[in-house]
Amino acid sequence: MNYIKSNASVMAAALANGETTSVELTEQHFEQIEKVDGAVHAFLYLDREGAMEQAHAIDTRRSDGEELSPLAGVPLALKDVMTQKGIPTTCGSKMLEGWRPPYDSTVVSRLKDAGIVILGKTNMDEFAMGSSTENSAYGPTHNPWDLTKIPGGSGGGSAAALAAFEAPLAIGTDTGGSIRQPAAVTGTVGVKPTYGGVSRYGLIAFSSSLDQAGPCARTVLDAALLHEVIAGHDERDSTSINQPVPAVVKAAKKLDVKGLKIGVVKELQGEGFQAGVLHRFHEALDLLVEAGAEIVNVSCPSFDYALAAYYLIAPSECSSNLARFDSMRYGIRVGDDGSKSAEEVMNLTRHAGFGPEVKRRIILGTYALSSGFYDAYYGSAQKVRTLLIQDFNSAFAEADVLVSPTSPTTAFPIGQNDNDPLAMYLNDIATIPANMAGIGAMSLPSGLAEEDNLPAGFHIMSPAMKDDLMYQVGGTLEAALLNKWGAPLLSNAPDVVVNS
Amino acid sequence: MTLSFEQAVSRYQPTLGLEVHVELNTASKMFCSCATIFGAEPNTQTCPVCLGMPGALPVVNRKAIESSILIGLALNCSIAPYSRFARKNYFYPDMPKNFQTSQFDEPICVNGFLDVEIDTDEGVQTFRVEIERVHMEEDTGKSLHMGGATGRIHGADYSLLDYNRAGIPLVEIVTKIIPNTGKYAPQVARAYVSQLRDILRSLGVSDVKMEQGSMRCDVNLSISPVGSEKLGTRSETKNVNSLRSVERAVVGEIIRQAGRLDNGERIVQETRHFLEESGQTRPGRSKEEAEDYRYFPEPDLVPVVPESSWIEALRATLPEKPSVRRKRLQEAWAVPDKEMAALVNAELVDVVEATIDCGAEPGRARSWWLGEISRIANEKSVSPVSLITPAQVAEIISLIITGELTDKLARQVIEGVIAGEGSPSEVMEGRGLKVLSDDSALMVAIEAAIAAQPDTAERIRGGNIPAAGALIGAVMKSTGGQADAAKVRELLLKHLGQG
Repeated sequence: MNYIKSNASVMAAALANGETTSVELTEQHFEQIEKVDGAVHAFLYLDREGAMEQAHAIDTRRSDGEELSPLAGVPLALKDVMTQKGIPTTCGSKMLEGWRPPYDSTVVSRLKDAGIVILGKTNMDEFAMGSSTENSAYGPTHNPWDLTKIPGGSGGGSAAALAAFEAPLAIGTDTGGSIRQPAAVTGTVGVKPTYGGVSRYGLIAFSSSLDQAGPCARTVLDAALLHEVIAGHDERDSTSINQPVPAVVKAAKKLDVKGLKIGVVKELQGEGFQAGVLHRFHEALDLLVEAGAEIVNVSCPSFDYALAAYYLIAPSECSSNLARFDSMRYGIRVGDDGSKSAEEVMNLTRHAGFGPEVKRRIILGTYALSSGFYDAYYGSAQKVRTLLIQDFNSAFAEADVLVSPTSPTTAFPIGQNDNDPLAMYLNDIATIPANMAGIGAMSLPSGLAEEDNLPAGFHIMSPAMKDDLMYQVGGTLEAALLNKWGAPLLSNAPDVVVNS
Repeated sequence: MTLSFEQAVSRYQPTLGLEVHVELNTASKMFCSCATIFGAEPNTQTCPVCLGMPGALPVVNRKAIESSILIGLALNCSIAPYSRFARKNYFYPDMPKNFQTSQFDEPICVNGFLDVEIDTDEGVQTFRVEIERVHMEEDTGKSLHMGGATGRIHGADYSLLDYNRAGIPLVEIVTKIIPNTGKYAPQVARAYVSQLRDILRSLGVSDVKMEQGSMRCDVNLSISPVGSEKLGTRSETKNVNSLRSVERAVVGEIIRQAGRLDNGERIVQETRHFLEESGQTRPGRSKEEAEDYRYFPEPDLVPVVPESSWIEALRATLPEKPSVRRKRLQEAWAVPDKEMAALVNAELVDVVEATIDCGAEPGRARSWWLGEISRIANEKSVSPVSLITPAQVAEIISLIITGELTDKLARQVIEGVIAGEGSPSEVMEGRGLKVLSDDSALMVAIEAAIAAQPDTAERIRGGNIPAAGALIGAVMKSTGGQADAAKVRELLLKHLGQG
């Protein structure tokens, strides 16, 4: 039997009761990757040898009767922003072409410890800057629903791999929506845990105070299972929270929202939101009401400034985080012909190694932090951040979770926003507030927008370290939708056809 | 024509500011667990964190925070209940992340002071040096510029980078401006650095070896015409790496700046480098075109919020202040101010104390260390402490007191100990050094001397006592200096009927 369209939890059960092996599952996924990835381009690197070795090892341990973690033997796609020892890690940039990290990120070591098989590294916008994966130095990823459309970004590779059944699980990172927006436009599930919930050690930083790694999957339960593998305190990340991981698997299985108050954010559903996206959003709200939840309307007035503040804080931090790419210790080196100074070589390397969006943000951030402008830009943006947190605090006093559409639109055509960075930035209008406040948020499919038959996303935000609440609501809504549709949304996706 | 220092300070009032960088002696680095051993093979004490590898994150070394708090407490600072790290952004190949994790507007310790005593025309005076801040940061790696004649980047063929030092914890101690030191500015600067070093050493937080760079001083100096209220433009002289250099750098800068003002030239705000050979400074990069460091709070680290119980526990472990200890010792040893200051300046307080602890009499312990041993150390350009141990000095002193050595013989014994001939008694044995205490042997030598100079002997018999010197000298010569001159005098005069 071919398992590629199964959920990870189904694969895990089949492995546990001996119906399949990790080797078989892994081979099936590589077959699918071979078949479709020429068209999708979800992967930047495939570690066939390492994955098969890992699969063998897990099968052996299982046949030896060892007790294994729930997802042991299930394959996964890893966003190329995470270091994996010895495996090329580019972050979607020419700058790191050929770099093989000497260490595992904490997320990767936890995946390995759990026996999860890492198939390879997925495509992304360069250094996670973008909402379409078009900013990858290695070419765009295509949306499996429509290959002419973007798969979202920056984690378009991970989301597309799930939607094209190249992997049942993936790791993403979310600085302003890079897990959730790709999930929304590919009809998959993506979770940004509470900031500090998952270690950032080995996550190549874009914006340190906003970056958060999280699980990507095709179901809420699968995401929860992966969440529990990667989450938890890590002494190597000072910003990691030293508290027990919220019981997200239990919450995802609850399928009950009776008595929960769902806050609909007034500011996240007006102008700029596609009609079909809003329709699916309101239908989902109706289903939640049917399931026993109470809908309350909340207002978060500072959200209007969130995008502007984000585009000061994130570029500021990135201008500093990306300073280390100077050709001295790793990555490419350009112009070192013996006649040039170190400074000239740094300049030439950075000129050649960074793409235009990365350069734009480095320049923005350098300017925003410069003396004389710091208070007006970075300082003001931090104040907005405080206001956002206050808005969330008062909204969470009225509601258990907050909801909105994930992305204002469905997937747009590749190339559409090439010359309009602002239009591109607006994709993240609903997802950015959660990053700015450090709270947890998830996106799950709400259906297809009637205009274009492309997936729309339902966005749930929960208070910090109460990630279980969004899983509870997400799991319940997912079950209600499945009941309504009769089959998972992805069963409507066309088979990927490779033009030969 | 070059001004003299006296001319310069008669017309201009110097204003000092001192920034001292201290490498802490923690076993591991500031933000990772790499070792910090000095002199290890290049790039063997590195990891993804201190190499600034993509994805790596810092974690603060608790011991470094503890050391910083101790330093702050010892310098009478307030310990900030909340302080943060910040990133100082600039590009340099030996800085792995191209930002230095430091502290900016929220340092861990603020507003302290250190009283320093210096010898003035009016006796010993105390100057209070106010401390603005004590903050933590990480050190950079080292660039080695190869192939050029000077070892500087200019003219080098290529450069090598050693990141062993990258991430070693540093504490920077910054004074407020030190006004009105007048002609004593060089001594105040030196005394401050010297006392600061003593304090850091007594806390055990740093090796404070200026020659190895574990303590480095930057001297900020400006001058303004005497009587003027307005501060002049300052220069910042970097990496002044000995106490003597601190003093010389202040002198050199005062003279240079005074010369410029006398010629109607202005002082440029700039970084300068101290030249060990000439005692002068040369310009480095000009601060007027300096980089903008774009400081912002380090998002990878959480604020440092030390519990007050922790601070109080640390306060309770503070050792006796070196200045207090000095006063105590000075009283116990009954040393005049001037001589105590000399001991302090020569950094001999510890060894003298140790020598006294070994049973030596304070006056003699002091004079041997300050005199003969320091003289030899000066000749060899080494520290006196490296030549001989307090126990050996105490042994020699006790041999003098028991009459087995004369001062002159003792000098030979010291020479032998320094030459590696063994302990004082082994040197005496090996070199055959011993006071001739046998009266009959001395009498033989005395009679020989009288026989050789009968006229002199006659004059002594006639009551010309001072003439005895010639005969005593002859006896000392014939005994190879091993006789006790006082004893010889006594025997001689007695023999000639004058005893």
